[in-house]
Amino acid sequence: MSTPVEPRVAPSEETAVMTYREAVAAALADAMEEDPTVYFMGEDVANDGGVFKTNHGLVERFGPARVRNTPICENGFINVALGMSITGLRPVVEIMFSDFLPTAADALVNELPKYRFMSGGQCTVPVTVRSMGGAGMYFGTQHSATGEAWFLQLPGMRIAVAGSPAGAYGLLRAAIRDDNPTLVLEHKALMARKGPVERGEAGVAEIGRAAVLRPGRDVTILASLMMVERSLQAAEILAEEGIDAEVIDIRWLRPLDFDTIGASVGRTERLVVVEEAYHHGGWGASVISELTMQGTAWASPPRAVGFPDDLLISYSPPLEDEILPRPETIAAAARETCGAPAR
Amino acid sequence: MTAHDAETRVRWWRTMLEIRLFEEKTQQLSQAGLINSTHLSQGQEAVSVGAIEALRPDDYLTYTYRCHAAVLARGMSMETAFAEMMGRRTGCCGGVGGTMHLADFSRGLLGAFAIVGAGIPVAVGAALAAKEQGTDRAAITFFGDGATNIGTFHEGLNMAAVWRAPVVFVIENNLYGEYTPMRKTTPLDDLAERAASYAIPGVVVDGQDVAAVHDVVAEALERARAGEGPTLIEAKTYRYRGHASRDPGKYRPAEEIAAWRERDPIELLGAQLAEEGVLSRDEQERQWAETRKRVDEAAASAEAAEYPTLEETKAYVYAS
Repeated sequence: MSTPVEPRVAPSEETAVMTYREAVAAALADAMEEDPTVYFMGEDVANDGGVFKTNHGLVERFGPARVRNTPICENGFINVALGMSITGLRPVVEIMFSDFLPTAADALVNELPKYRFMSGGQCTVPVTVRSMGGAGMYFGTQHSATGEAWFLQLPGMRIAVAGSPAGAYGLLRAAIRDDNPTLVLEHKALMARKGPVERGEAGVAEIGRAAVLRPGRDVTILASLMMVERSLQAAEILAEEGIDAEVIDIRWLRPLDFDTIGASVGRTERLVVVEEAYHHGGWGASVISELTMQGTAWASPPRAVGFPDDLLISYSPPLEDEILPRPETIAAAARETCGAPAR
Repeated sequence: MTAHDAETRVRWWRTMLEIRLFEEKTQQLSQAGLINSTHLSQGQEAVSVGAIEALRPDDYLTYTYRCHAAVLARGMSMETAFAEMMGRRTGCCGGVGGTMHLADFSRGLLGAFAIVGAGIPVAVGAALAAKEQGTDRAAITFFGDGATNIGTFHEGLNMAAVWRAPVVFVIENNLYGEYTPMRKTTPLDDLAERAASYAIPGVVVDGQDVAAVHDVVAEALERARAGEGPTLIEAKTYRYRGHASRDPGKYRPAEEIAAWRERDPIELLGAQLAEEGVLSRDEQERQWAETRKRVDEAAASAEAAEYPTLEETKAYVYAS
């Protein structure tokens, strides 16, 4: 199962096939073209297209004031972005590795989500923080986190997770347009993935809407980031066994789309949540909790696939491979919910 | 030093007086349970008033949880400030921000920060935006001596210097970071020396002398507007009270407090104005009494306002 499965998006005239990193660059370029108050800043963002080549052509097109290299000081420059946002600009900040987000914990936890609130609604805080995380590239313990569970307790800040090129484009466009601070988590192992991307208006994602990528009757598999393609691969394995899995790319962790997820689970009555993170304290636990409290009639107990408790990502390649959820482990969990014996 | 006319100096004196009496009332109200734990600034008035009087109406300010002096110096009404500090709907932030978060965007009062040092890069951002928007607005940010040891101070000064942001950094050095003497945590007597690390001017000023503070800030603002970059100003001052309203500040020697009270900023200017025959001691007495009355009235009006409801605060969480 080495070939990535692409999300099934109906093609249109505006649709182009592009890589995930090209989709990020396209979103930034389109947003900056559309709105002259959009400013982009971060470490090395204006050098050679950025560290993960997501910013190709931007500084040449928009100049070094709007595409600004910063010193290495995440908390400082996110708070600079806050200052820009409350005085008429619409900054987008890049965090090179999601592992660096905690160095900016004050900006992300105390300032951005609370700033408008504490002012009694006097201001808006249109800051987008886009961050590249995730494992799969053997960067070791401090360069491999998705960070997707770290900022779930922050009303006032939206969180998007891009699991495909279409998501990378559409979620970033939506985040930049929105007047609220938004954290857009990207996955660095997906950068070379190709997929259909609808550019322009039609490609801007709806805030708080998950995407059903593969309809199915038997079990719902809900995933984020790189786990989306692995869940689609799991669904292919399951299909060969006669299990019809529905795969949903969650896309937004706040607001969480309980309508789409609830409707799916209402039909399948079975759920597997797949996170590149620990299950406890993550969004998967919240989804299971909420759906259970809403009275979902589970046909079988929901399953969670994520990192084993009390283990960390290692540098050693076979160990990183082993700790990450794989299509086979996702399929096994889905199979269990369907009452089929584990293989 | 620039000569300032009598009218200007009387205005400064009155504003400092208003802040002093506002803070004393705040202390009483805090003891009475009408205002929660709060951070008082008696003794530091000349820094806020001198610096803020040097600003233009369209400039931006960020400041700290010890923020009452800054917002009053910028023209916020005492009633609005009291109401916010009492958690009332009529407060500047609808009562949800409270004593550590007084803000009024219509006056460029962008916000008070309850996290030490956080307002420093935010001011740099506002300054950068002003520059990018093609204006000659500037930003000023106030913070304490303790904040010069936190990362955002160094990050903010570094970025402002590299990008030549039109911002003025003002250290209100009141000699104590919370309960700890500054020199126990910081290896310098003059914090303005830290400017050297960022290749920007660092200036020490007598924070009890309102005119002196005004003049160094005015000069720094001129540099900022001319595109010459930021300045770090250290105003040497003192808070008469403890760190927060419930702290008696007993860690400070009585002689030290007495020595600073000898250089009280209101009294220094008051003596000068009396000597010049601009504002007699009798007139000053009268104004103390009159201001005390206005402070009491403002507090009473603020107290009469209603509390907000949780329901109405929902609109503050997200912009729609």
